[in-house]
Amino acid sequence: MTTTLVTAPTTSPVGRHRSYGRYLAGKILGAVASLFFVLVVNFFLFRVLPGDPARTLGRGRFSSAAQLAEFRHTYGLDESLPRQFVTFLHNTFTGQLGISLRYRVPVGDLIWERLWPTVMLVGTSTILATLIGVYIGMLGAWNRGGPFDRVSTGVTLTLYSMPEWWLGLLLIAGLAVGIGPLPGLFPTGGLHSTDVDPSSLKGVLDTAWHLTLPVITLTLAYLADYSLVMRSSLLDELGEDYLLTARAKGLRDIAVRRHHAVRNALLPTTTITAINIGFVVSGAITIETVFSIPGLGLLSSEALSIPDYWVLQGAFLVASGAVIVANLGANLLYGLLDPRVRT
Amino acid sequence: MTSTQTLTPAQVARRRRSASLKATWRLLRANRSGMVGLVLLVAFILVALLAPVLADSQGLEVTRATGGVLEPPSLHYPLGTDDNGRSILTLLIWGSRISLFVGLSATVISMVIGTFMGLMSGFFEGRSAALLFRVTEWFLVIPFLPLAIVLASVLGRSLLNIAIVIGVTSWPGTALLIRSQTLSVKERPYLERARVLGAGRWHQMTRHVLPNVMPMVFANTTLTVAIAILSETTLSFLGLGDPTRVSWGSMLEDAFSVGAMTTGAWWFIVPPGVCVVLVVLAFTLVGQALEEVLNPRLRRSS
Repeated sequence: MTTTLVTAPTTSPVGRHRSYGRYLAGKILGAVASLFFVLVVNFFLFRVLPGDPARTLGRGRFSSAAQLAEFRHTYGLDESLPRQFVTFLHNTFTGQLGISLRYRVPVGDLIWERLWPTVMLVGTSTILATLIGVYIGMLGAWNRGGPFDRVSTGVTLTLYSMPEWWLGLLLIAGLAVGIGPLPGLFPTGGLHSTDVDPSSLKGVLDTAWHLTLPVITLTLAYLADYSLVMRSSLLDELGEDYLLTARAKGLRDIAVRRHHAVRNALLPTTTITAINIGFVVSGAITIETVFSIPGLGLLSSEALSIPDYWVLQGAFLVASGAVIVANLGANLLYGLLDPRVRT
Repeated sequence: MTSTQTLTPAQVARRRRSASLKATWRLLRANRSGMVGLVLLVAFILVALLAPVLADSQGLEVTRATGGVLEPPSLHYPLGTDDNGRSILTLLIWGSRISLFVGLSATVISMVIGTFMGLMSGFFEGRSAALLFRVTEWFLVIPFLPLAIVLASVLGRSLLNIAIVIGVTSWPGTALLIRSQTLSVKERPYLERARVLGAGRWHQMTRHVLPNVMPMVFANTTLTVAIAILSETTLSFLGLGDPTRVSWGSMLEDAFSVGAMTTGAWWFIVPPGVCVVLVVLAFTLVGQALEEVLNPRLRRSS
């Protein structure tokens, strides 16, 4: 049994309490400001840079001045900047987000169509990575320095150092194509088999089968963060005074850890989950490319080669919006769970 | 306060600094994983520096490739050849230069922005500091890759642009760390003493706050290099790298586009990835060891 005493005095939270309503309002205001800033960046990125935006957007596709003027007019680039900004805001709030240079349809429709595969992929892997990661971190901290701790820290650090799409490539080579006499177990890519109706039960199972490898890849790539954070925050908690008190009351070691230490150590994990959604969204871009899953990520990486600026802008807006909202959710949850942060 | 008669303040400072450096090195030596990382790191840096000696740069040119297409490893080509008939080993060795160069220059950019923003938002009070803090938080929240993609596609494809893109998207973690350190240093008695003695803001910041924050910056730098190298690999894989240079990321992009994982050309996929993992792991291990040594809170009390 470890009986480390904490020497650093902790500041008393008493007297710094504020109402949850005020905390809530502050956070929501912050999120709205962040979203607005995303819009401003989205607008100005292509317009304040040196050079003619029409030329940049067209990338030398125009042979005559008339064509250039025509293009400029179509995209409203011949209007004044404030005017353009108003049009841009209008397009954003109506969900149109401009016309894709490649598909010739509103970007909003394109994104809506491609949203679900990404949500399934990112959602499933986030949940799995959190659960498995937290559990591994917990076991590691309980037996600090033990064989499990050493192996799991080594493995998670290696996974953390790995580009997630490279892991995906390895898994495709190993489990989808097969090595030597071993046959491939999973499809190499895509979301459905062509001969199955996606809405039937068979179709759902088929989609799950297609998503297995990508989900495993993303889960492995991101569980490292959770297990490292969980391990260190549980180690911090294990030195706290209240655990000594609980033990002094005669509670069994296992009860002290499960009901006292772990509950508090889970707090930082809430924040990490929210921040990580940003990384998982980034991961989805490469993983969808590697496994050719027709989601938002593949849409963005395909748009890169054109380059299809409005699609890139729209994808950036949606990804940032998702992360800002997820962060707001985590902050609100954190405020409910831990009254100390409402300052 | 005792004053030294025989030594000038500069000498005292120098002695103190070298003593603390020695103590840090001693603690670092005792950290096994940190030392493993350091050895790996030195090995990769040597390979990058000695690239012209280790492999002929002519081996990078597609037109002068001597091997067949995607040849498996042999005596002549220890790691096989790529789809253009170039030796994978040569590409790997020269690729290490690009990966380390981009990683290090992106880190410098990120450190300068992060330290500046952190110091300013921590040291000053009021509206502008609050605004700086908000900007930092915003950059922390915004998903890295989508922002980097938008930036990279606007700026165009070159080595320096990639470094800039990674630099301007990866500083907020550093800024928050520096800010919290600055806030705690600001409250310490010796800074109050300096203020009473009439020290200006510039003096307080450069002479007192910055030197105290520097060790943490240093540890954080090492961790940032790891992330920057990973980011470079990912951006190159997505085709945003400098098309004229070979990096580990661009090798993997090539391997992916010719379908090396379905044709069984493992020698095109495994070596570049392993190099990335080893370098990133090395920087991470060294960074964590430095953090543990320099931040007393993390030091093991066993």
